[in-house]
Amino acid sequence: MPPIEDLWREVAPQVLGALVRRYGQFDGAEDAVQEAVLAATAQWPSEGVPANPRAWLMTVASRRLIDQMRSDHARREREEAASRVAAPDVPDTDDTLELLFLCCHPALTPPSQMALTLRAAGGLTTAEIARAFLVPEATMAARISRAKQKIRPGTFLVDVTRLPVVLHVLYLIFNEGYTAVDRVDLAREAIRLTRLVHAQLPEDGEVTGLLALMLLTHARRPARVTAGGDLVPLDEQDRARWDRTMIAEGMELAKLSAGAAALGPYQLQAAIAATHASDGATDWRQIHGLYLILERVAPNPMVRLNRAVALAELDGPAAGLGLLATLDDDPRMAGHHRLLSVRAHLLERAGETAEAAALYRQAAKGTANAAERRYLESRFRRLVPGTNREGDGGGSHAGT
Amino acid sequence: MKFLISLHINPAVLESLTEEEQAAIGAGHQALLAETKESGELLSTMALTDPSQAAVVSVSDGRTVATDGPFAEAKEFLGGFYLFDVESRERAIELAARIPDAAIDGLGVEVRQVMFADGPLTGPLEA
Repeated sequence: MPPIEDLWREVAPQVLGALVRRYGQFDGAEDAVQEAVLAATAQWPSEGVPANPRAWLMTVASRRLIDQMRSDHARREREEAASRVAAPDVPDTDDTLELLFLCCHPALTPPSQMALTLRAAGGLTTAEIARAFLVPEATMAARISRAKQKIRPGTFLVDVTRLPVVLHVLYLIFNEGYTAVDRVDLAREAIRLTRLVHAQLPEDGEVTGLLALMLLTHARRPARVTAGGDLVPLDEQDRARWDRTMIAEGMELAKLSAGAAALGPYQLQAAIAATHASDGATDWRQIHGLYLILERVAPNPMVRLNRAVALAELDGPAAGLGLLATLDDDPRMAGHHRLLSVRAHLLERAGETAEAAALYRQAAKGTANAAERRYLESRFRRLVPGTNREGDGGGSHAGT
Repeated sequence: MKFLISLHINPAVLESLTEEEQAAIGAGHQALLAETKESGELLSTMALTDPSQAAVVSVSDGRTVATDGPFAEAKEFLGGFYLFDVESRERAIELAARIPDAAIDGLGVEVRQVMFADGPLTGPLEA
């Protein structure tokens, strides 16, 4: 990313935050800042970056916003309010965090929260966000515009009780980038925004934990997929291809976050990721213990599923299968491909080849992820010789 | 997540509807289109010509043979589809239920999640 783009992506959210704080409207302020950024895109590269880029954007955006309010005859009262504050100062405070909270407004659905966060707080263009989520630009524009109209700033304050929602949105953005291999780097975007929250709330263990979790996961990305786009399970990954710098930073943050008084789900997941990333033999006892706590803190069948994997490493496949059996009655897991594939894996280790093969095949049919489907099909074929047939229910059309 | 909702039509059933009923179907589709365009969930929709206009293509020994008419001898045919990008499978089913065809006996509405896509509308996608 060119440094000039870095600059306005950092500054634009601050300007937007200040405008929302001053004029109490999000929709118009967001449009005005987008226009100001467009003007900056046109002017700065040729005329040079102004001495105070934030003041420049603030002036241009305020002018746009006030023009827009003035031209709107139906909003006479606001026009008067606007004319009283027509010469705004550049504020000293950074409102980016408040802005992030606003974008993660509880009235919005998660896809809208993600899109708005990336645009207003992340400074991405609608076209970039559309590309990242693989939808047409018009679709994304409609989604963002609807989201903007839905939220009313109200009290523009960081409300810490809503921090979990903000962290969840950042986590979703990260996951969106994690599952897709080659498109606008949402994972890096999520890390950038989480760093921003971390810089403002350095004492919060969950924020630190989420950042650690993201870094430790992102660092493994080069080793996670083969050149052909096939998944490589964690225990088969070439650790030499992990990003060591990122691992080191993630480990450090995970250690910091684990020192917090109360442990939340992100801190625990970061601790698990840190244990996986440690040198030497994997400490499955510790991983199992952490999953056990995570299951208490945030009960979730997926957590128990992961604990079953750890338990199988610790006490053998039969123990893992026993724990999996407790998930059979959970309607959230009934027929879920993750449950089927973990069970297949443990049965394979227990020597129950035929049963394992059948479950791998069933799991392959259950996933909507083409790479995962190819992986599960390959496990099936490994167990059933003579079925090594190409194009046998692969993830995409033949030849792709 | 992306879902393709396919509309399985039966030309005989459609022809047996009154003019008002047919108009109501059109209005129902229009309302769904307007709402999902506004919400940013609609990616695309298409309606296909009558199955009698179909051609089935096969290649054997390097020779192409095109036969007039639909692939399968059936009462129901693919009539068109909606491609949505929605938050959940539940939402896809909710939208499918709003398609007027779903309320008409003899017409079918099927919801399938997309696993692979490519092209200007979606970009390369491995869900």
